[in-house]
Amino acid sequence: MTTKTINLTLKVWRQNRSRPKGGFENYTAKDISTDMSFLEMLDVVNEDLVLSGKEPIAFDHDCREGICGMCGAVVDGEAHGPLKETTLCQLHMRHFKSGDTIVIEPWRARAFPIVKDLVVDRSAFDEIIASGGYISSKTGGAQDANNILVGKEIADKAFNAAACIGCGACVAACPNASAMLFVGAKVSHLGLLPQGRPEAKTRVHNMVRTMDRLGFGNCSNETECEVQCPKSISIREIARMNREFVKASFS
Amino acid sequence: MLPDSKVPAGPLAEKWDRHRFALKLVNPANRKKYDIIVVGTGLAGASAAASLGELGYNVKNLCVQDSPRRAHSIAAQGGINAAKNYSNDGDSTWRLFYDTIKGGDFRAREANVYRLAQLSENIIDQCVAQGVPFARDYGGLLDNRSFGGAQVARTFYARGQTGQQLLIGAYSALMRQVSTGRVKMYPRREMLDLILVNGKARGIVARNLITGEIESYSGHAVVLATGGYGNAYFLSTNAMSSNVTAAFRAYRKGALFANPCFTQIHPTCIPVHGIHQSKLTLMSESLRNDGRVWVPKTPGDKRRPGDIPEAERDYYLERKYPSFGNLVPRDVASRNAKEQCDQGKGVGETGLAVYLDFAEAIKRDGKDVIEAKYGNLFEMYEKITGENPYETPMMIYPAVHYTMGGLWVDYNLMTNIDGLFAIGEANFSDHGANRLGASALMQGLADGYFVLPYTMGGYLASNTIENVDTSHKAFEASKNAVTEQVNKLLSIGGKQTVSHLHRRLGKILWDYCGIARDEDELKKALTLIRDLKEEFYNDVNVPGSGDDFNQNLENAGRVADFMELGELMVTDALHRKESCGCHLNTAFLTEDNEPLRDDENFAMVAAWEYAGEGKEPTLHKEPLTFENVELTQRSYK
Repeated sequence: MTTKTINLTLKVWRQNRSRPKGGFENYTAKDISTDMSFLEMLDVVNEDLVLSGKEPIAFDHDCREGICGMCGAVVDGEAHGPLKETTLCQLHMRHFKSGDTIVIEPWRARAFPIVKDLVVDRSAFDEIIASGGYISSKTGGAQDANNILVGKEIADKAFNAAACIGCGACVAACPNASAMLFVGAKVSHLGLLPQGRPEAKTRVHNMVRTMDRLGFGNCSNETECEVQCPKSISIREIARMNREFVKASFS
Repeated sequence: MLPDSKVPAGPLAEKWDRHRFALKLVNPANRKKYDIIVVGTGLAGASAAASLGELGYNVKNLCVQDSPRRAHSIAAQGGINAAKNYSNDGDSTWRLFYDTIKGGDFRAREANVYRLAQLSENIIDQCVAQGVPFARDYGGLLDNRSFGGAQVARTFYARGQTGQQLLIGAYSALMRQVSTGRVKMYPRREMLDLILVNGKARGIVARNLITGEIESYSGHAVVLATGGYGNAYFLSTNAMSSNVTAAFRAYRKGALFANPCFTQIHPTCIPVHGIHQSKLTLMSESLRNDGRVWVPKTPGDKRRPGDIPEAERDYYLERKYPSFGNLVPRDVASRNAKEQCDQGKGVGETGLAVYLDFAEAIKRDGKDVIEAKYGNLFEMYEKITGENPYETPMMIYPAVHYTMGGLWVDYNLMTNIDGLFAIGEANFSDHGANRLGASALMQGLADGYFVLPYTMGGYLASNTIENVDTSHKAFEASKNAVTEQVNKLLSIGGKQTVSHLHRRLGKILWDYCGIARDEDELKKALTLIRDLKEEFYNDVNVPGSGDDFNQNLENAGRVADFMELGELMVTDALHRKESCGCHLNTAFLTEDNEPLRDDENFAMVAAWEYAGEGKEPTLHKEPLTFENVELTQRSYK
């Protein structure tokens, strides 16, 4: 761990009720330790803003371990920044050089209205899950866990899809602001498991319909979602969802 | 007067069955007449809200995050315990019960812990039915691994993301109830007050974090599933928004706060690197299955780990605790890491770290096997530190992780306030003075899926609860008081930021009320915290306005409560003149430097009652009686 410090210029999107159209503001981030995370760098900038009587930059964050899915911003044109398979909170400043200018914007999608600065409203994702992203199993009615056999290969595939953290990077990365990677991941996670088969048809139908209704765009195979997904969810999940959808429509 | 713990009579193994039968029921057709407020959507909150909704109650569920799926349970890595005995290694309900109560150093209620062990099996069944992708073997059966403080493999896991997968399971059950209309979700809300009407909990006042509006919610009962208070220390493994405010405001309204000094310091975290660090990252305890902990034998040895020959390394856990080795319980591992560093044997730039070395496991099992087990943890480590743990040993150091203390609850998980329940980490009930690994997920889900849905019915059916809605004057009065506090914080306009003051509080607590505690230092801490609190109210700078999305304002309220809680933690630590589990009082040690309990005077729960601003809280003692286990000196040798 060799620590050094760097200086940066930030161009940050600011938008709030008094500035409903939004726009970029420039800030300098001085003496940033390369061991800091990106969010810790923003913390430092915010501390300075507060002490100089200005309003700090609003950004969402919580676990800062890359698992809760709360954080995220488009950094230099990429969701969660330049490092692959990494959420913004796990991006560390050692990946930047002194003198760099960093452009920081919120997720941009019609279905994710901006709350303030870098904070967006992702409740559309909850709505999609509520429309079918579950297995209807009542509390208390379950059989012994080992009565359901799931081969390791299938379990692993289901897990790969279940690893989605619902951050919304796929939507931000997509030129169409499509949520198909998010929906595909959930359809695959549950549909691959034997427990999830009974509801597979209605699930895929309802989730896709809700996704469309909420204003997400369509998939045009840009594969930006897969590239920018911090959990490397594969676009195969979209293909699987499409197959499920077609099967459900014709049977 | 301490209220009754309501532990039912009868043999330990029959208590819960008998009690469930004794609890009154609410007729299914009548359940929709009851509104229940659940605050929090972690494993406990989401599972409770989903199960209560499924039963037919009207549930109002609030969370501080933008979505219920983000609650901090999601960060749990290693696993969840259950006495399934799928590994055929001699596990049983009784053994899980015994390990848990012993691991907690005999400071938990027998009956609660036994019930937890019983319910552990149902949890796994429930989660699998929901589609939680637990690890499987090639035949399709569930796989298990070992965790600290146990000699059986009873931990179910989903790679290193068990908490995430369990929470997604509970969240999906919750969203199913949202779609039926039985649960109404209120995200980005922070509870700021508890409303009592005629001594019963009848609602809450919360701030809408987007608009800043102070909102009222009324109900027939209130459930707090608001997690632990580890962030009092500023640096902890908790998520940034984890806070004590909901529980603390309930305490101010008369709910007892039990064992606040029982805070768990987790042994395997990535060490602190600099002054701007905002949080600490846990490396799952499961790593201790294959990683070996060591330090150089010579203090001040600054060679690179690869240059230190075997003979000059001290695998101190294996040396001191041959039967449990690297898998001693968390409190033991943390204490020993500190001891090694205090002797000057710590490694890394700061000297506040020990090695966790996988070289031997990689040589034995191959890199692939280790990667399959811990791949995501190794990646996370590399992202944070810039070092590759497949090649150089990890560096770890203890960090605040979990709080065993919390709101006092009876066997029904109800606080001493009628109609106010506390579940999951927010209550004090099951882990005594130290929680074993993979037991937090178990408790959260047991409380939410399998305990509260019954005991809630029992409460509602056996009490007359008059109709109260948000027009009641108690709501108006509370809203005014809350607004006044918000305005006060905004008006101070001092020179220190909220997080700067929080960091200072954290340092006091870590230095004086952390891994080891000393009476004189605790007394000093009490003065320091009181001074800091005064400084906070004179010199804090909270920018922005109250009727807007304002993260500094949110944080200011939380830090203000942490200041007072810090005092309470220290007061409790001063009172407990013994060592037990995570509470190590340096005046009470055995000859081998292990914690020395005083069962005669301190086999009890210390439940503190708020006595008013600036007054000493009143102590109530709930004696702990052990009819089924023998209180022994814990030994992991």
